[in-house]
Amino acid sequence: SSNEHKLNFKKSKEACVSYIQDALLQKQWKRSAEFLTCYVESLEKDYSREHIGPSEMIWRIGTEILWHHSQSNMKEFNCFMEQMKTLGVKRYLKVCLEHVFHLLCNGHIDEAYQNLSLAESWRFGEQTAIQDKEMKLIQAYRGLLDYCSWSKQKNILLEHGEDGFSDLAVEREMHGYFRKAAVNLKEIIKIPGVWDVFVKCYVDLLEFYGDHNEARQVLNEYAYNSKFPANPNAHVYLYQFLKRQGESKKSLISALKILHDIVPSHELMIDFNTMLQKSKKRKKRQLGLEVIFAALDYAGWKENAKAWSCLARQMKQIVISEKHLDWIKQEWNSRKDWWPAFHFSRYLAKRNWQENKSLSYEKALVAGILLGKDSKYFKYVSHQGCKAQLKRFRMLKKFVTRHNPAYLRISG
Amino acid sequence: QSWPVYEEVFNKMHELAAFLDLPRFPDITESCFLHPDMLCMKYLMEANLPDELHNWTCRVVKKIGIGEVDFLTLTPGNKSKRKVKYDVLAAAIIVVVLKLLFLLDDHYEWLLSEFAEERNKNNTEVCMFYSGGPYFEFKKWYEVVKHSLDVEQKKLDEARAKYLWRCEKPLFYSVKNKSKVLKRRQMVVNLQNQFGKLSGSVQRAEKPNPSSFQLSWSEENTDGSCFHGHSLKGILQEKCGLLTAMNPDYWLCTVKLCNEKLCGHLAHYKEVEFPQSYHFVLGLFSFLLRIQPSYIHDEVCMIEHKLFNKKLCKKLKYNTVLRK
Repeated sequence: SSNEHKLNFKKSKEACVSYIQDALLQKQWKRSAEFLTCYVESLEKDYSREHIGPSEMIWRIGTEILWHHSQSNMKEFNCFMEQMKTLGVKRYLKVCLEHVFHLLCNGHIDEAYQNLSLAESWRFGEQTAIQDKEMKLIQAYRGLLDYCSWSKQKNILLEHGEDGFSDLAVEREMHGYFRKAAVNLKEIIKIPGVWDVFVKCYVDLLEFYGDHNEARQVLNEYAYNSKFPANPNAHVYLYQFLKRQGESKKSLISALKILHDIVPSHELMIDFNTMLQKSKKRKKRQLGLEVIFAALDYAGWKENAKAWSCLARQMKQIVISEKHLDWIKQEWNSRKDWWPAFHFSRYLAKRNWQENKSLSYEKALVAGILLGKDSKYFKYVSHQGCKAQLKRFRMLKKFVTRHNPAYLRISG
Repeated sequence: QSWPVYEEVFNKMHELAAFLDLPRFPDITESCFLHPDMLCMKYLMEANLPDELHNWTCRVVKKIGIGEVDFLTLTPGNKSKRKVKYDVLAAAIIVVVLKLLFLLDDHYEWLLSEFAEERNKNNTEVCMFYSGGPYFEFKKWYEVVKHSLDVEQKKLDEARAKYLWRCEKPLFYSVKNKSKVLKRRQMVVNLQNQFGKLSGSVQRAEKPNPSSFQLSWSEENTDGSCFHGHSLKGILQEKCGLLTAMNPDYWLCTVKLCNEKLCGHLAHYKEVEFPQSYHFVLGLFSFLLRIQPSYIHDEVCMIEHKLFNKKLCKKLKYNTVLRK
């Protein structure tokens, strides 16, 4: 057992790493640099059996320190990254990519582009095939930067266009960037993954050049291909595209339906409800009610006057027509235990009245229908409104009082 | 690569001496540095214990005959004689003396300390002058020493984590490897420079301390953190004109010693089986000597068995507490 206590190289370096860790967690960059200086000699040892070797450790720790240390600068950082690239061929592309990210974060777009191009031309026997994924990412980011350049040229062109100038050179450059960008962006989005930025840019390019079919196909793939991870943004992009294309309400609604299923609190739910309310189909109108109720379940929507007005409008219509009160009853069943405290407390009545009269108006209407004319919220707001001699609040009071039987049917 | 353990070096040294057929080394007498009396003085000072304890260590040394020239002097090749670990022995003697005077059962030493504290409070400056300093309070000593020990231990741990192992010239075993190894070395040097600059102003070249003391205590400190001059009178009593310990009890670390040749140790030390105060004292010397506490524990057992030899022979196996 005397061997357990022996201080050896391995234990000494393990202890060193744990000191570095502590220092990093406490943002003590000088101290972590101090210990890293002592750790660095591990590079000369064989660690092939370990999970994470010293070269990876040094790369990751060194990056953190150089990124945050007050005395470090981009030049030092770049120099370090170049050294790290030579340290491990299996990690070469990953290091390149991360270097590029750091350059982009610091606004060094040109340098980032150079690094990406350089990395793209890298070949190393079978490693090239093994690191295929990283290579695709590198190409994708280069495509992204090409897109940025394209975008810049496009803006220049538009400006000149406004002034009546046409600039063939700029146009040619622009088309050149388009080709370069399109090729790479198309490749990456074939692979299952979350590629919001790439997809958006690619679709932008396609739309500009009028290739709407390809754009539609890309967006459909991104949203509906089950191999891709579930991504609400995919549906948002598809919806926005379809809207731009002036597609039928039917296809717009089907695009948003999935979004409602995944993210009931999404901001597009207002648009969705508005579309559904106007639909001629009963099922769609009922869905609309479901959608707006579901959105208002979330705290972030509590003070959204637009959302409340959607709900109020729809509920008012249902009450007046006296048809489909059961829809409201169904939605209210699962909410009547907690919505009163969540939305319709006396405290909220006071606050809403003070801060946003429109909000309190819409909410009061809903409260009046769901909880009756004697509910705290409705009573307070309508009283305040009538006191202030605001016409619509008087109308509100009359309406709710007249339709109290509806409340009784809903709550019963 | 690793730092050799004390025992390894010790054993190798003896093997080497025997192999080289070295003659008996120069005698170790009372004036030699390696004599227990001298070493005890050194370690008492370093452990910040009262000088008065030295009388007691000398008494123990004399009683069990470990101050004898023949016992101490190294005779290579003489396998029947137990090899002496001078510093460990000195530390162990101090531990035994502390056990004699303070019992160190996690109870008695604190009582004594409170008692001394009371007497210190009531004493005037004049009384202190005559008794040669305030009465030694175990509690105060513990607090001061523990604090310093913790600080030094932390420094040692950090130094160990920062220790640089590589040699000046890189080794490589084949010509093929040469360029790779040299490139690596170059990179290491580059990185050390780069991050060394970012380490802040910590790179003062510290001159190695010429003294072998790791802990030092100065009487000139007015904060009362030096206990060298403190008096043991608070824990002693007069009997027949002699000062003896107030503590009438003693506990043996182990009733039966192991056969060292078979299992390598005289006893097996497990922290949980012993009082915390004992563990602390072992820990203190273990830090100073840079060895495992179990080695000191072994020596303590050996000394105790020599000291209480007669009583042990007579006693039944079951009792572990003896009356002096």
